[in-house]
Amino acid sequence: MAVETAPMTPDSALSASRKNEAIRARIKRRYSAERRFRAYGIAAILFGLAFLVALFSTIFARGYTAFQQSTFTLSVVLDQAAFGSSAPTPSELRMADYTKIANRAIQQALGVDPNNKADARAAADLLSQNADTQIRKIVTADPSLVGQTVKVDVLAHGNVDSLLKGQFDRSVAESRRKLSDKQLGWLDRAIESGILTKKFNTGLFTYGASSKPETAGVGVALVGSLYMMTIVLLVAVPLGVAAAVYLEEFAPKNFITDTIEVNINNLAAVPSIVFGLLGLAIFINFMGIPRSASLVGGLVLALMTLPTIIIATRAAVSAVPPSIREAALGVGASKMQSITHHVLPLAVPGILTGTIIGLAKALGETAPLLMIGMVAFVVEYPSTPMDAATALPVQIYMWATAAERGFVERTAGATLILLAFLVVMNVTAVILRRRYERRW
Amino acid sequence: MLNVEPSSLQRATAQAPHLQEPKVVAKDVSVYYGEKRALFDVSVNIPDRGVMAFIGPSGCGKSTFLRCINRMNDTIPICRVTGKITIENEDIYDPSLDVVQLRARVGMVFQKPNPFPKSIYENVAYGPRIHGLSSSKAELDEIVQKSLERAALWKEVKDRLNDPGTGLSGGQQQRLCIARAVAVNPEVILMDEPCSALDPIATAKIEELIDELKQNFCIIIVTHSMQQAARVSQRTAFFHLGVIVEEGNTEEIFQNPTDKRTQDYITGRFG
Amino acid sequence: MSTPLLAAVVVALGAIGWLLGSWRSKASVGGKVSTLHSRPGYYGAYVLCWTILPAFFLIVLWSAISPMVVSNMVSSRLPQNVQDGVTQARSLTTSAINTIERGLATLSAEDLEKAAQPNTDVKALLLSKGAPLAINPEPYAVNAALFQLQAKRSSQLLLTISAIGLALLCLGFALFQVGPKLRSRNAVERVALAGLFACSMVAILTTLGIVLSMLFESIHFFGIVPIQDFLFGTVWDPRFSAAGSSGEAGGQFGLLPLLWGTLYISFVALLVAVPVGLFSAVYMSEYASGSVRLMTKPLLEILAGIPTIVYGFFALITFGPLLRDLGAHVGLSISATSVLTAGLIMGVMLIPFVSSLSDDIINAVPQSLREGSYGLGATQSETIKRVILPAALPGIVGAILLAASRAIGETMIVVLAAGIAPNLTLNPFEPVTTITVKIVSQLTGDLEFNSPQTLVAFALGLTLFVFTLALNIYALYIVRKYREQYE
Repeated sequence: MAVETAPMTPDSALSASRKNEAIRARIKRRYSAERRFRAYGIAAILFGLAFLVALFSTIFARGYTAFQQSTFTLSVVLDQAAFGSSAPTPSELRMADYTKIANRAIQQALGVDPNNKADARAAADLLSQNADTQIRKIVTADPSLVGQTVKVDVLAHGNVDSLLKGQFDRSVAESRRKLSDKQLGWLDRAIESGILTKKFNTGLFTYGASSKPETAGVGVALVGSLYMMTIVLLVAVPLGVAAAVYLEEFAPKNFITDTIEVNINNLAAVPSIVFGLLGLAIFINFMGIPRSASLVGGLVLALMTLPTIIIATRAAVSAVPPSIREAALGVGASKMQSITHHVLPLAVPGILTGTIIGLAKALGETAPLLMIGMVAFVVEYPSTPMDAATALPVQIYMWATAAERGFVERTAGATLILLAFLVVMNVTAVILRRRYERRW
Repeated sequence: MLNVEPSSLQRATAQAPHLQEPKVVAKDVSVYYGEKRALFDVSVNIPDRGVMAFIGPSGCGKSTFLRCINRMNDTIPICRVTGKITIENEDIYDPSLDVVQLRARVGMVFQKPNPFPKSIYENVAYGPRIHGLSSSKAELDEIVQKSLERAALWKEVKDRLNDPGTGLSGGQQQRLCIARAVAVNPEVILMDEPCSALDPIATAKIEELIDELKQNFCIIIVTHSMQQAARVSQRTAFFHLGVIVEEGNTEEIFQNPTDKRTQDYITGRFG
Repeated sequence: MSTPLLAAVVVALGAIGWLLGSWRSKASVGGKVSTLHSRPGYYGAYVLCWTILPAFFLIVLWSAISPMVVSNMVSSRLPQNVQDGVTQARSLTTSAINTIERGLATLSAEDLEKAAQPNTDVKALLLSKGAPLAINPEPYAVNAALFQLQAKRSSQLLLTISAIGLALLCLGFALFQVGPKLRSRNAVERVALAGLFACSMVAILTTLGIVLSMLFESIHFFGIVPIQDFLFGTVWDPRFSAAGSSGEAGGQFGLLPLLWGTLYISFVALLVAVPVGLFSAVYMSEYASGSVRLMTKPLLEILAGIPTIVYGFFALITFGPLLRDLGAHVGLSISATSVLTAGLIMGVMLIPFVSSLSDDIINAVPQSLREGSYGLGATQSETIKRVILPAALPGIVGAILLAASRAIGETMIVVLAAGIAPNLTLNPFEPVTTITVKIVSQLTGDLEFNSPQTLVAFALGLTLFVFTLALNIYALYIVRKYREQYE
């Protein structure tokens, strides 16, 4: 009993006050424990958010430069002599020595004597090795240019690009630097005169794999990813929705249904790399679909996405209240009709949200694609889903393991592109959910 | 002779509660849930050592008022309380008052038995532990035993104190919750329809228990059943639409209510 | 007729059947559609189902069986010494025959006849027709290829005739049945239901496919490397065997160093993810106001939406070097790829897995328990620590096990951040390698499919699958049990 009924003696008053003291101290301790506990919670959340900020800011800081590329604007002399005649045949056009044309143009632009072999070489080294292809493309597209002098934007070498982006350390001893003092001098003049500038890097979005950073891009990988996402949509969505409708609306409560349910939940948690092994064993070795084909990648990702779509669809379907079903059944619709006419249309926003989230997951997935040979060095755009292809995240993986400095920037740039896609998809899903979410 | 004495003494206190200093005093208490007002200027004096019953139809605000007395409404974010409630002349809504200490003084038993998913022993020991009421294991054991005895549960569970509390029957669970509340040595015990989830036999046991406990505690009980109010309480307040319509000695309220609405409710015309 | 074209023809027949079926149903009641049992569309669908389903079934069955029959017939015609040869030689012959057959298939009928003459130089003939061969074909291989080509062509012809015939037959049969009394809707819906059921079986088939394919290849592997050497070996050194020596193990395939690395990294990851995730969940469900919760919950869940390759890249270029430099600062030698790097980054990735599920589970703890505790004068943290968390414990354990299963199966982070050296070390600053890393490294690059060096990837995959499956089933079971308790 807290309330003592005995009369207060001075002695017990003293002990009571001591007791009060103890209680007060205890309360104080309890409250500081409370504050500490709360602080742990806030610290935990802040830790997660801080990491998020660090991740995004690092990748942005490393990657935003990839969206610009150093370019020489050169006056290229398309001398008839180089083509053999004033009206060259297509094969003459193809076979002409464009490297020489490009080299002459850069030497002229930098004011280098072409007869001084060492200087000429050093000047030519400032161009990308891809420069000849760029000029060839322009000439083959318009043969009437032969004999004229045209202004052409030509990619600079990766080292020049790092210089312009401030990633080049001039203080390093000349012998250990990739650009000599002389080259630096030329480049400084070129920058001043405006022939060497940073331009928006369209190549990042159009090129394929390359061993030179300045001509490497995610274009081919994007097409591969697009094929695969299309296949995932075509395969996983119908299968997933059908399976979910069966399980939610028709399945009897029995052993088979239970097994299917446990199975789906498990599949959702199976490591993605295992799906890659499945694809390798079944689709490639057993069914004989070519390795590296986006068809295999698409099927593997579809199987991986299936549980996500099934789970989302089931949630959406079961959220439709029974009264709707009863109303349809009440006017004489069959069960199948009540579902296709009423339940499914009402569940569409939920299904769509789940599908987008599943697709986003599939888009960022790398490991299973490594298993089925999508790490190939693919330069050409795949024209059908049976052609060798690669995917955006796999391209990131391949660049991440490449040694050259220019690739770090590319990798981060490609990561930014991937993250941009994911952000768009997830934001769409959130908006869909907010807009069409119905509270029954 | 020996038997008569305590019960006549008990009746004396029961019949003259107004002679005592009231334990809990509420003055113009109003409660709002967001925009909606649930209680309108409720004032009532509740005596110590006895049972006060709140009766009234569902949604009349009796539970809401009960939850004001140990500030349980604080846990609902949109709930706002105005007015003044004092326990032994101490304003419990005073900002400097510690709500944790208040709840140690004002225990509560809920509508549905809610034992923690722990052993019987741990359920009872929980309160004394957090408040530091014991300094040794032996002392804690004693508190647990005493509380279970007071809740008339000791005999049934003394051999299985380590079994989970959730494994008891509904009536036993509710008595366990009472033991849990008693273990902290509160001055006031609030009971929010403690028997509504129980069968008649378990209910009878709880009512017997309440009768025992009222000798030491100030008990406030919300109930749906008028018979129960009549059986266990000395004073009764009738709530209707967020106001106290009538309040007085239980016998008087039931035998000759002054308000028409009380009369209608008691004779079963609504509610 | 090629199989896709055949399928298209059958579908076209089905469409015709649909039109005929709905037309006939209307005609049978003289245009009074309301006297029909079902809407005319259902009669159309009824005929459509009858037309295409049996034919498709036939096509699928035929496509599965006929190659086996043909290849059996071909190999039985090969010379005895080839038939008795070792597996590898046989598979070489088979692929040679297939190559020749692909070349022959491009020829016209006359050229094919010419090729069948015993003294024709088939290689030269094929080269002149623009289908050069890389090998010098043996005469028996050319014969076999010719036979195979003919067998395939006649099989296909037979299939075309029988499939179209079957489709037409069934179309007629179904059309004959169409009339006002026919319950076409019920029949069509039964078919649709069967289709739905089949779709839901895909999940089972996928699991079955995973188990069977891995089991099959693993058994193949254990035929070369004894299972006990794999399970209990402490050395991982799968030397790539020199050409010709395949068939014997070219290295040692001890699982233990990989398993150790996997478990060690997962442990470090959980050391980060469990406290951070749990405290976040507790704060969000018990303390945070509605608006804070609305903001932070999706923000934290972004961590789960970031592809793991991005985490791996971050670890590789920023976090690993940062840890190394920090270590150098205080005199610790931390390798840029190490248990610590991979574990910490993976831990961050797992935070939302722990926090989301724990949040749900904490919310499922009934409010009455909280009130019971507050009613006794407990503070909020006391209520959480002594009542809510113990009550939610089984569910939280389930969440942690699910996170552990994620950690064990995670690939891209460890590929980029853990290292590739199989190391049985306790030092968290050293690189280790994991099961997933080794699966990737054994299967990327040039593969020779039947060597133990590639087959071991399936044995590793099976190990991984069994581990994660056991964790998942147990975790899902206890989470489910927990949910039922409070429902």
